[in-house]
Amino acid sequence: MFLIPDIIVRFYHRMASPPHYYAFTQKIIPWLVVIFVLLTAAGLYGGLYLAPADYQQGDSYRIIYIHVPSAWMSLFIYMVMAITGAISLVWRIKLAEVISISSAPIGASFTFIALVTGSLWGKPMWGTWWVWDARLTSELILLFLYLGVIGLYGAIDDKKIASKSVAILAIVGVVNIPIIHYSVEWWNTLHQGPTVTKMDKPSIHVSMLIPLLLMALSFKFYYLIALIQRSRVELLNRERNSQWVKTMLSEQQQ
Amino acid sequence: MSFSEFLAMGGYGFYVWTSYGLTLVVLLLNIIIPVVQRKQFFRQSLKQKRK
Repeated sequence: MFLIPDIIVRFYHRMASPPHYYAFTQKIIPWLVVIFVLLTAAGLYGGLYLAPADYQQGDSYRIIYIHVPSAWMSLFIYMVMAITGAISLVWRIKLAEVISISSAPIGASFTFIALVTGSLWGKPMWGTWWVWDARLTSELILLFLYLGVIGLYGAIDDKKIASKSVAILAIVGVVNIPIIHYSVEWWNTLHQGPTVTKMDKPSIHVSMLIPLLLMALSFKFYYLIALIQRSRVELLNRERNSQWVKTMLSEQQQ
Repeated sequence: MSFSEFLAMGGYGFYVWTSYGLTLVVLLLNIIIPVVQRKQFFRQSLKQKRK
């Protein structure tokens, strides 16, 4: 531990303590909301108004500004859920359990958005709402994994056992993540290949790329805000009999 | 570009705006639900305490 500066260790310990987490997140929420609103406004203005129409897809491509960031978030949040799940299994940190389970409904929402906006984009461009190809099918499995996590957690009354079971399910499901990512390269599909992550030369124009990156960042902040909201409720319910919640309740009563 | 042209989205208005509208609804729900749940928690806890 002597390699890590004392101040970082202390911050880590404070954040792992539920009352500190509860108080700290309350303070930072307004700042996160301001950053989120600015990023979203800039991203939407750039994406819906400034960016030109696509030479092949016309204006339909503008769905990309929510479709792609949502798809990225669906993978990112799954990894957060699995990693915090693993941390909670190894170190028994209460807050890691809470972060893990609170991520599930948000991840499921982004997966749902990615699937539906993809469908709404596919209809005019591919001529069909849905194809059973590798990318769409593996993303649908991701939605089922999220729903499995939510359902399993709700089905077990003892929240300690529920968290453990859910963490194991989430970790096993990680196998699906590379499949989703590489599906457009491994299999022939209607779904177009990656346009942004080809770091050497992204095949998307700068005026279209910047709003996309802004929206991706805005969704990251949205996730933080939604995660904080959910995790605080989860914490309150789990800690309802602890001293800090009782103290807060008696303060509210006055 | 006029406002109605903007709404038309080159003929793809239905697909574009349905996508954005649905996203807005889902993202809003994810914020509203925990806020309602937190209020419920405080209301129920305070009620129990008074008993």
